[in-house]
Amino acid sequence: MADTAMPDSSPPLGAADPRTRWRYLDNILTRKGPFVDEDAILGEPIIDRLSTMKVLFSGAGGLGCEILKNLALSGFKDIHVIDMDTIDVSNLNRQFLFRHVDVGRSKAAVAAEFVQKRVKGVTITPYCGKIQDKDDEYYMQFGLVVCGLDSIEARRWINATLVGMVDGENMDSMKPLIDGGTEGFKGQARVVLPTMTSCIECQLDMHAPRPAVPLCTLATIPRQPQHCIEWAHIIAWEEERKDDTLDTDDPEHITWLYQKALSRATEYGIHGVTYAMTQGVVKNIIPAIASTNAIVAAACCNEAFKLATSTNPCLGFPEQNNYMMYSGDSGVYTYTFEHMKKEDCPVCGDLPKTLHLYPNSTLQELLDSFAERPEAQLKKPTIRTQSTSLYYQSPASLEEKTRPNLVKKLSELVGDGEELAVTDPAFQVTFRFKVAFKK
Amino acid sequence: MLKLWSMQQQQAASTPGGAKKRVTAAQLRVQKDLSELALGPTMKTEFPNPDDILNFILTIEPDEGLYNGGRFTFDFAINQNFPHEPPKVRCREKIYHPNINLEGNVCLNILREDWKPVLNLHAVIVGLQFLFLEPNASDPLNKIAAEDLKNSRETFKRNVRSSMMGNSVKGETFDRVMK
Repeated sequence: MADTAMPDSSPPLGAADPRTRWRYLDNILTRKGPFVDEDAILGEPIIDRLSTMKVLFSGAGGLGCEILKNLALSGFKDIHVIDMDTIDVSNLNRQFLFRHVDVGRSKAAVAAEFVQKRVKGVTITPYCGKIQDKDDEYYMQFGLVVCGLDSIEARRWINATLVGMVDGENMDSMKPLIDGGTEGFKGQARVVLPTMTSCIECQLDMHAPRPAVPLCTLATIPRQPQHCIEWAHIIAWEEERKDDTLDTDDPEHITWLYQKALSRATEYGIHGVTYAMTQGVVKNIIPAIASTNAIVAAACCNEAFKLATSTNPCLGFPEQNNYMMYSGDSGVYTYTFEHMKKEDCPVCGDLPKTLHLYPNSTLQELLDSFAERPEAQLKKPTIRTQSTSLYYQSPASLEEKTRPNLVKKLSELVGDGEELAVTDPAFQVTFRFKVAFKK
Repeated sequence: MLKLWSMQQQQAASTPGGAKKRVTAAQLRVQKDLSELALGPTMKTEFPNPDDILNFILTIEPDEGLYNGGRFTFDFAINQNFPHEPPKVRCREKIYHPNINLEGNVCLNILREDWKPVLNLHAVIVGLQFLFLEPNASDPLNKIAAEDLKNSRETFKRNVRSSMMGNSVKGETFDRVMK
């Protein structure tokens, strides 16, 4: 009977039969369950799709390590990962793909290496840099985009890029975006189908701005150690070291702020200012909770898997739930709902339409033509490109400075393929056009 | 996802893919805010680089109140996180004001703790103008000026006039801001 206590003799996961490792997954991929989409073609075709679909993942941080590992273990086999950061000692407690020897190396590269080594048959292509370095052509190659980013700015950028890429003529141009985010005990997972459902920009007000203390409280009646640190950060530095640019990664700078904060705290009889707290307040560090990351990452990868395989209903379809919030503050709570698309969303509210223009016509002629457009008569259009203010109706100073552009030829002002943003006081939405010059 | 694509086909009318150089979300929002800006004769904006609408200078010339007759300018610096983050506003002159310190920092609730993305540039600019009409001693950033205002409105008024002429008040020399 001693035998029964021994481990069974089946080969280790991943050895011998290449599908052994995926047998649990295969149960889902080959069997028809009650929730499986009726159009889903189970078995080989779906397994094939999962393993050939290119997935882009950006943000190999706390949430990112979890997501990358989960994606690889969900059966995705061609994963690209982007992250601009290098590994810091303070990451090691939760970013489990990194070891002490990796400190200083690229997060994307180390994470890719680690997961590739552990999950045989997966190819992970790292890119160390910003998502903004890449163009539409790069993003076009993927079937899905998953994000574990740490800034609103990066989220808005990838969102605007994916919305802008959608081409009604080409169904492959619509890349579902799965966005995960965590902050302490809270987190969210959401699915955006660019141009079809509520986008990140529509949901901008779902992000609570960072709570701030009134400046006058910092200046005159600090009550908490954090107030003293913020005072040193915002006011004392400005007064005494105006010409130095504050670098929150420079220990000398943090030490200076810490000393300042400490002496101010002593002056007001406040206890508790420490070096670590100074670092935390100045860099706006919110303690990361590993389990929040794990839960949100699991939710994101679940959605990615369901989207790719149709084996279960997923978040994000039009008129269905697209946003899952999680809170672990007191007990465990999740709420899933449909965030509605905003009609006047500056990114997905009015999609750029192609505008065929003669390069030799003037800006004035273009503006006049806007007043005659059948769908929206723009009587007082203000117009710009990303780089240039073409014509502003107001304020007066901008009107005056942009007026000389009116007589210029369009070819001098805009490039072929550039985007024009047109606003008019009579309309809530911003109209956008993509310039296509007539030959 | 096949199903998704068929839905997409029905929804999207005819939009071109991939414009080069897209106008950023922050630019779109600032453009909208600027078009809704209705400033009276006491305020104007100036754009050192007209192509960059995220950085501009606001001039306020109060025509009533304690700061009547002065000209005050503010740097507005808006980043790509707008309107998630408020604009950064700084007074370019060194002035004697309870809610503006000697470095030009401004204590205005909607510039910091009470900022919300639904607020716009108009709200911020009106808020700044209000500070010159009703300096507020209960939210002091320049403690000395706030104390003066609390103790005697008359003394405070004299100090304001004197500082605006470019004189010094309690050992601190201020910029001349008279028109």
